[in-house]
Amino acid sequence: MTLHLPILILLVLFSGALFIPILSKLGTRTPWIIAVASSLLAFCLCLFLLFEVLEVGVIHYALGGWAPPIGIELVADRLSVFVSLVILGVSTLVLAHSRPSVERDNGENQVGYYTTALLAVGGFVGIISTGDLFNLYVFLEISSLASYALIGSSGKRSAVAAFRYLILGTIGASFYLLGLGFVFINTGSLNMADVAAILSEQGLDPVILIGAVLMVIGMGLKMALLPLHLWLPDAYTFAPAASSSLIAPIGTKVAAYVLIRLILGVFPTEMLTAELPLLDILGVLGAAGIIWGSVMAIPQRNIKRMLAYSSVAQIGYIALGIGLGTTFGLIGAVLHILNHACMKACLFLVSSNLETRGKGVEIEGLDASMRRDMPWSSAAFAVAAISMIGLPPTAGFFSKWYLLLGSFQEDRFIFVGVILISSLLNAVYFFRILERMYLGNPGPKGEVTASSGASGFLLVFSPVVLGLGLVLLGLGNAFIVTHLLNPMMPIAP
Amino acid sequence: MTDFLQASGAYVMCFFLIVLGLYGMILKRNYVKKIIGMTIFQAAIILLFILAAYKEDATVPVLDKVNIGSDPDAYVNPLPHALMLTAIVVGVATVGVGLSLLIRVYKGYGTIDEEDLLKEMES
Repeated sequence: MTLHLPILILLVLFSGALFIPILSKLGTRTPWIIAVASSLLAFCLCLFLLFEVLEVGVIHYALGGWAPPIGIELVADRLSVFVSLVILGVSTLVLAHSRPSVERDNGENQVGYYTTALLAVGGFVGIISTGDLFNLYVFLEISSLASYALIGSSGKRSAVAAFRYLILGTIGASFYLLGLGFVFINTGSLNMADVAAILSEQGLDPVILIGAVLMVIGMGLKMALLPLHLWLPDAYTFAPAASSSLIAPIGTKVAAYVLIRLILGVFPTEMLTAELPLLDILGVLGAAGIIWGSVMAIPQRNIKRMLAYSSVAQIGYIALGIGLGTTFGLIGAVLHILNHACMKACLFLVSSNLETRGKGVEIEGLDASMRRDMPWSSAAFAVAAISMIGLPPTAGFFSKWYLLLGSFQEDRFIFVGVILISSLLNAVYFFRILERMYLGNPGPKGEVTASSGASGFLLVFSPVVLGLGLVLLGLGNAFIVTHLLNPMMPIAP
Repeated sequence: MTDFLQASGAYVMCFFLIVLGLYGMILKRNYVKKIIGMTIFQAAIILLFILAAYKEDATVPVLDKVNIGSDPDAYVNPLPHALMLTAIVVGVATVGVGLSLLIRVYKGYGTIDEEDLLKEMES
């Protein structure tokens, strides 16, 4: 059983997606139950796999018994299992929370939403666990197609946003495929470890360099790195609340993970940086994205749009960490993938709660009555906002801390300045909301419109767990870094 | 020049198709034309992979023990074909999702021209 864990996680997710339409006749809530159950089961299996990997080291799983490099393999090392654990945890919480808002958007027919949601999560986990370059493309397209469907599933505006995302996302995936073709033509292999071995032996010729650049551009599009981010704000704003809170925390992070994998695991890093300033470009674009995203978030009137622009900024932090290329930079980047997934999920879940409670997502419509009517959601929002700004002891402080350490170590004082200034900008646009929520007079307790009972509990459960998680992650970050992140870094500190 | 075209003319054509597809996807205002550009772009990448598998004087990758034997140089590399079969399926699925989104856009706005749509969405 432990031998087959890497594939079992994927099978649980994909067969869950298969069973939802089959069993949907049992009741309107069956799709939700199956989706949450399979996501939770996958999370538990992944946790189990993490302990296994910590004990025995890297697990290679050859699909169908075909030994790599001929066959496709799944690789479970500390980095990949850690990132899949984050994704499965966040998606379980988001799916558990999604029922009221999916009921509001889709009525009785929830089969489509939960099937595509599980397919998207399965695709994301597949991208992370695979050790084969072409298999990665297939999982990338599974998750992307599911994301387009999820984003385009509410109104006519969301369909336009999803279509624009589809065009740009397909360009990104096709660029990846094109780059993969160049690498394949030159090396004759698709297995990541095998390609890395061949490349470090034969060196990089121009064909490989073009392939590397194309793959990085493709992934840059998927992760919405600064000049390639145009699809993101509309897609997150117009998507139904349940979809944006599922895709915003996970989707772009997975592409960032692929970038880490490509630069560290496939192309020999030192040879690549000697030929091309790829890492420097990533770092500079990341820094530009941080500033631009934060500045653009300030004048937004819609909370979801503000959060979308802040996603562009947060992706910038991850790109900056990758661009530094040092241990501290990479620890900061991976830690920020974890932190940002939790923070963004929490913030989007609260914005979805606002829609469910009929308060709307316009910032001007918010006042202190939110604190009165939904105290737990407001508290979770406040914790996540403080973590986004990067105040200790929340998790957001520590990933920024490692990025700062990395920038100091490399004498990149511009990056130091960028990180500090962007924290101030984050404070500007989050305190704007916190002020409305906490500093006004809530007025007399009005009519309670809250849906009580089970669905009221569902609405607050996930944001509160994520909010508590942010504090715990902040306090426990030393444990995560020394036990999980440090050993998986390829470069010694 | 003729030598170059003879040796890699097919690659040049492929590159031309890629540029054509990208042009359609990025610069055309009509969304159906964008989808057409996307199809061209994906077909060009598929052709590039198939080109990479081509060998002169090689035959189909079915083991022929009597006439050819097991010399790998005598057969075309079958792997890119298998990969591209998957890529074709992905491409068809993408076009399907894209067109179904377009149907919803058209039902909602009555147009699929990008600039008109952006104007409508502003208001």
